[in-house]
Amino acid sequence: MAHITFPAVLARHVDCPPVDVKGATVRAALDAAFALNPRLRGYLLDDDDSLRLHMAVWVDGKILRDRKKLSDAIAPDSRIDVFQAISGG
Amino acid sequence: MPPSLLVATKKGLFEFRRRGKGSWTAQEPSFLGVPVSACLGDPRDGTVYAALDHGHFGTKLHRRGGDGKWEELATPKYPPRAKGTKSEDPFGRPLSSNLKMIWTMEIDPRRGGALWCGTLPGGLFLSKDRGATWEIVRGLWSRPERKQWMGGGYNDPGIHSICVDPRDGGRVAVGISCGGVWRTGDGGTTWEQAAHGMRQDYAPAEKAYDPQTQDVHRLVQCRAAPDRFWAQHHNGIFKKPAQGKWQEVEGKAPSRFGFACAVDPNDPEVAWFVPAVKDECRVPVGGRLVVTRTRDGGKSFDVLKQGLPKETVWDLVYRHGLDISADGRMLVMGSTTGGLWVSEDGGRGWSELSSHLPPTYGVRFFAD
Repeated sequence: MAHITFPAVLARHVDCPPVDVKGATVRAALDAAFALNPRLRGYLLDDDDSLRLHMAVWVDGKILRDRKKLSDAIAPDSRIDVFQAISGG
Repeated sequence: MPPSLLVATKKGLFEFRRRGKGSWTAQEPSFLGVPVSACLGDPRDGTVYAALDHGHFGTKLHRRGGDGKWEELATPKYPPRAKGTKSEDPFGRPLSSNLKMIWTMEIDPRRGGALWCGTLPGGLFLSKDRGATWEIVRGLWSRPERKQWMGGGYNDPGIHSICVDPRDGGRVAVGISCGGVWRTGDGGTTWEQAAHGMRQDYAPAEKAYDPQTQDVHRLVQCRAAPDRFWAQHHNGIFKKPAQGKWQEVEGKAPSRFGFACAVDPNDPEVAWFVPAVKDECRVPVGGRLVVTRTRDGGKSFDVLKQGLPKETVWDLVYRHGLDISADGRMLVMGSTTGGLWVSEDGGRGWSELSSHLPPTYGVRFFAD
């Protein structure tokens, strides 16, 4: 199971404890997280389902490459860390 | 209930309640630290709406009902773009269909709980259920002229003013920066451009009177004479007579540039403005914050400053930073430097409610 963490500041606006989910890509893993918590989607993704401009996703310590389709592959035990970027005010 | 003030700021929604003449009490702020791009109090049911503009997490919309608790609502969504098509502004820059910001909300009087909202980029939306769901107004969104709209200040064009005719809720005019003035007489099915007569000097001379790209900063409508409008435009002050084109108002003291305007709901000849130096220097002229008022349809202007700062200040009042109460007796003004002033005598004298609020985007009276 991939382990996803969310930024602490987000918890003020939407409940977002870490989750363990299945999936072969970041997209699949996040979709699984959104299935558990549908409100979370709009805080992380834009209306076109790409990563919001000022969000940052790290996969096992490496920055997500495909911010549009979130197609970066993950391992069964990957760790996905979602942060807010320092950009964005 | 006594009137309240809603103050949308860069760091939350602030509220003040009137206790008596000249006496206003601050309430607990909501969404502290979060930019509030627009707010609305609906006197029909007492609901307060707040649109949030999270820097990181996107646009969100909340409402507070009679129980005093905020709840998050859906946000307006644009129709998906047809596959293989792209959208560009007149300069070839890509236009997004992602919601960037809710810029204004207004009541739709045709049914209880119905609301309009204007957004960046360039969307007009309608809700029939107190903001729970939104539908884009396709009649406007599908107009081919929309491709000519462009950003003014923001990268994307935006709808910031929605004027609903008190005689007929299906007659609506919207102000767009930069897309002129569009109006519908059938509740949004069909639209026509209504900015003829406005003048722009940020385009070649032969395009000066092109209505499609006029940068209307703020559009207001007189309730007692709904065919009469005022606009603070990028290039000056314009008024719309009941018949015919917009007319540029020549009264310029101390400047013709600004963002905000308000019209007396009972008298279309009376309007207020908050001038700044000019577009590339958005500060009060000579560092003195003043309000200007015309009482003769723009033939002359009074410069009003009693109760406003006597020292040199650099406050700017944004387009939603000036409001007039429904009975026309009170004005409120909030600035980028966190000043908040109320006038209870038509702008002649002002009382400072705060000089330390966060930068203020919009102020609204609310009689709940």
